[in-house]
Amino acid sequence: MEHYRRRMLINRLGIGLSMLAMAFGLAALMWILWTLFSKGFAALSWDFFTQDTPAPGSEGGGLRNAIVGSVMIVGFATLVSTPIGILAGIYLAEYGDTSKFAATTRFVTDIMLSAPSIVVGLFVYALMVATVGGFSGWAGSVALSLIAIPVVVRTTENMLRLVPSSLREAAFAIGAPRWQVSLKVTLRSVKAGVVTGVLLAIARVTGETAPLLFTALNNQFFSADMSEPMGNLPVVIFQFAMSPYDNWIELAWGGALLIALLVLAINIGARVLFRHKT
Amino acid sequence: MEESMAWKTVRMTDSAAHAQVDAYAVQVRIFKHQDSIFHKLTFLFAFLVLAALAGILISLAIEAAPAFRAFGPAFLWSEAWSVPDDEFGALISIYGTLSTSLIALLIGVPVSFGIALFLTESCPGWLRRPLGTAIELLAGVPSIIYGIWGLFVFAPLFARNVQPWVQAGFGDLPVIGGWFAGPPLGIGILSAGIVLALMVIPFIASVMRDVFDTVPAVLKESAYGLGCTTWEVVWNIVLPYTRVGVIGGIMLGLGRALGETMAVTFVIGNANRIAGSFFAPGNSIASLLANEFGEADPGLHTSSLFALGLVLFVITCVVLGLSRWLVHRASARQGV
Repeated sequence: MEHYRRRMLINRLGIGLSMLAMAFGLAALMWILWTLFSKGFAALSWDFFTQDTPAPGSEGGGLRNAIVGSVMIVGFATLVSTPIGILAGIYLAEYGDTSKFAATTRFVTDIMLSAPSIVVGLFVYALMVATVGGFSGWAGSVALSLIAIPVVVRTTENMLRLVPSSLREAAFAIGAPRWQVSLKVTLRSVKAGVVTGVLLAIARVTGETAPLLFTALNNQFFSADMSEPMGNLPVVIFQFAMSPYDNWIELAWGGALLIALLVLAINIGARVLFRHKT
Repeated sequence: MEESMAWKTVRMTDSAAHAQVDAYAVQVRIFKHQDSIFHKLTFLFAFLVLAALAGILISLAIEAAPAFRAFGPAFLWSEAWSVPDDEFGALISIYGTLSTSLIALLIGVPVSFGIALFLTESCPGWLRRPLGTAIELLAGVPSIIYGIWGLFVFAPLFARNVQPWVQAGFGDLPVIGGWFAGPPLGIGILSAGIVLALMVIPFIASVMRDVFDTVPAVLKESAYGLGCTTWEVVWNIVLPYTRVGVIGGIMLGLGRALGETMAVTFVIGNANRIAGSFFAPGNSIASLLANEFGEADPGLHTSSLFALGLVLFVITCVVLGLSRWLVHRASARQGV
């Protein structure tokens, strides 16, 4: 009986601790979100969206240039990484069953998924900034693309592997060539899944700061020219949060809230889309 | 009458069929051609991913070469980091990277294990999905949010309420006291480790949950049938069965923690020295890069930063590669 009681005690202790861990995780999420909302909403105003980042020491200001810059950099990165990622994913799913090359590519993609993003920034700096272009929005986009591509590749491949082979065979049987089967049958049948992958990639790169530090840099003024240094939300948040000016810090919180809301919305949207369509 | 009609049809279809066969042959040849183009095109893009990795390694190595030539392999264990003297070494930031990551794992692994255990074994069914989703959403929060939260919310709280209390309790002990020496700034190695822990918990927890789910129900049910408690099932059945995958998940978290930039840069304090105290500010490779690279002098300073980037990249690639290998080995068993 003594032994039995001890076992029950250990069990309760273990399960209790696991509940505590769960509560800890949720509490951390709530705490972070609550801080973000309470401090961030105070910063949101009309000026926040219509004025550019303020000079050191001056009052007010907004994040218009940074918002526009972020949208352009992330948008171009999405345009580049979506086709590359989807086509590479098709290769891995349709042609890459046994080849060593495909296995290596899969391995490398998985590593790149979690590789330190600041190193990607260094690479693009060496490749584009140091050689010719100088800091530019283009360089920032390329850096973000390098981070987004593995996400798209992996989700595309995983989705395509879910397609039942009977569907492929049916298309082959009526004489369709391989490229039509890939693009018009299998890829179309997992459209929702692929879009989910692209959305997740956008969510992933939207908040990335490190790869933009040495590529897009920052720009205090409004600029829609992607061959120039460009303001962007993450770098502005980084610089403003570390600054001694109160209005800068407030803007940083506002920007952080904006990014977090966007990323959470995309993540939730991707999940809903995926659950409904498949 | 009927016969001749049939004969006519046959003759007609004969020539038509010839034409059609030719047309098919042409079409098939076109399709084959298109297919080979499609194959090569997709191959090219898959190759691009490989080329990116190779490109990163090569370009970092080229840029880092001057630093390695100037300092030799001693660069890796030299404690110097002085811009005016043009003396650079990697030890300080390697120490910062490793110590913050290890603290993150020490805190993060037990918590993640608890979360995964709760989600797979003791969570009521209707809560399983929303809680799992919440943990996954936590993984999606950009790291800069953790950083800014750490700097403005966590660090002041830590400095006010935790650090003085720890110093009062342990500060006078001979060895342990040294670990907590220094002014209670709130920012430092330990704070960075804690914020990093919060960041990696969702990653480790999701992998652990996924591998726990691969345990065949029969195994667990037979243990329950023998009268095992939930804890005993987890400890004696689930954990041994999923050992490899669990280690893979932990390595994935480690890989994330090693290369994390923003969550660390805000709270580590950015001081280029090894103080030996967990409360003291330090620098990790990533935070040093984030702080100094933009304003680095061309020459040895920049090259040394590239060398640090190379070191970081190689370490994380090895850790992540091991992690993936282990997780795959674990999930491959699922089919057996």
